[in-house]
Amino acid sequence: MISPIDFLADLTNPDLAFLPKALLVALMSSVICGVIGSHVVLRGMAFIGEAVAHAVFPGLAVAFLLQGSLVLGGAVAGITTAVLVAVFSQNRRLKEDSIIGIFFVAAFALGIVIISRAPGYAGSLQDFLFGSITGIPDRDVVTVAVAGALLILGVLLLHKELVTVSLDREMARASGLPVFALDLVLYVMVTIAIVISVQTIGNILVLALLITPAATARMLTDRLGVMMTLAPCFGGLAAVVGVYLSWSLDLPTGGTIVLVATAGFLLAWFLAPRHGLARALRNRTRRARPVPVTA
Amino acid sequence: MTAAAERVAVAAAAGTQATALDVRDLHVVLGGRLVLQGADLQVHGGDFLGLIGPNGAGKTTLLRSVLGLVPVASGTVQVAGRSSRAARAGVGYVPQRHEFAWDFPISVEDAVLSGRTRRIGLLRRARVDDYRAVRDAVDRVGLTDLRRRPVGQLSGGQRQRVLVARALALRPRVLLLDEPFTGLDMPTQELLTGLFTELAAEGVAVVMTTHDLAGALYSCTRIALLNRTVLATGTPAEVRDPDLWARAFQISPHSPLLRAIGLEVPA
Repeated sequence: MISPIDFLADLTNPDLAFLPKALLVALMSSVICGVIGSHVVLRGMAFIGEAVAHAVFPGLAVAFLLQGSLVLGGAVAGITTAVLVAVFSQNRRLKEDSIIGIFFVAAFALGIVIISRAPGYAGSLQDFLFGSITGIPDRDVVTVAVAGALLILGVLLLHKELVTVSLDREMARASGLPVFALDLVLYVMVTIAIVISVQTIGNILVLALLITPAATARMLTDRLGVMMTLAPCFGGLAAVVGVYLSWSLDLPTGGTIVLVATAGFLLAWFLAPRHGLARALRNRTRRARPVPVTA
Repeated sequence: MTAAAERVAVAAAAGTQATALDVRDLHVVLGGRLVLQGADLQVHGGDFLGLIGPNGAGKTTLLRSVLGLVPVASGTVQVAGRSSRAARAGVGYVPQRHEFAWDFPISVEDAVLSGRTRRIGLLRRARVDDYRAVRDAVDRVGLTDLRRRPVGQLSGGQRQRVLVARALALRPRVLLLDEPFTGLDMPTQELLTGLFTELAAEGVAVVMTTHDLAGALYSCTRIALLNRTVLATGTPAEVRDPDLWARAFQISPHSPLLRAIGLEVPA
């Protein structure tokens, strides 16, 4: 294990130029996912996040084959699937979760078939699934920064509309809000957040970046503004600590970041001021004490 | 204009204007089934109308088609003489309580403000008038002291009052209430009934679906009996034909239910 000082030295070492890039991308991804994830958690659409995360895979595979931009390829595939889910779930006979179940597995299957045609397929498959901190091109760092800024701007501008729909779709539609279009926008934003995070975290673990920091923040507050501020902070912290631990202990980066975030969630679960387990246990022991009968 | 003056102006406008809500020959098909068949309903400003009928009679569907939430097969719906989307968007709507995400981290006043999201408009922030409307609505339902509390910590009665306040934040001329009393205790029912009566007196057209027949006959100024179509409308004193009630609720004319709500049932 290396000390944080050595970690800083490695970050500034020109021979290890991929390391600060990876840290930057992981940090930006986590912050963006924290903000978007707050909406995902509050609307109870974690499953949609999972679906989109899998759905970007064929896009990544095609982009890999054609040597194109992974971010762009993933975004196209993810958005296509998100739109398909949104459109097909307008049919009331099948519930949304079944539609999602169909499309995301199909997309993932397509991705596996496509990437199996590529030379050197095993190694690249592993990078896609579990993330990699080496080999992030400079232009991707810029893409992530720009896309992230646009996403956060979009979430802020549509904040009251997204909240109104999450609160009560029925009233939102009755009041004349374009609920379907707002759903689509949210799906697309979730897709982009996932696509820009896939590189460092990996396709399978990316959902954790979206859900865990937001859920941790939810445990600690009953106020939306506070939650949406805390979630990206937790995500960012998990990214920095995770990259440091993975670098110094030679652990897979994506997995380490996710485990750090999960540790944070468990901590909040036990210690949260109002909803936490520790508080509940303390109250129970207090209540369990025999109460003198007042006559 | 102060809120009180505005309400008077609204009442005056409603008085000069014929029909706040005008539903004519409404047919609605849901899932291949004809749910509403030629329903007619006229509600005026000042009416507190109880829309009653058995389960599956189409009460909720009638409200939802007024709001444009279900496709109308034929017939017309007009709000204040207009059938546009914008006219319907000004209707206050209190859906059943389970439609709302009560676990959402939001305070009472912010939940009430969400009723005005569309009116505030895309890319705009709430202004003084919006906050004033929220304040008035919260005061009217008696939640002033709880206005900063997260909605998840409220009781069932308080939650219903939040939904009513959210609809009132639009300062609507037409207020649609879907089973507002389901699962509420007597004090809350009394408080809300008083509020609806007051709103009607100020010129709002209030339409409420309910299963509480006795309560509707006592509190509402008008009654509409619905089963697939509107079978009868009138003041509570006018709709006292037991055969009509028997037909609406598909029960025998000798049913004790009819006796319980004070109709003269043939022996």
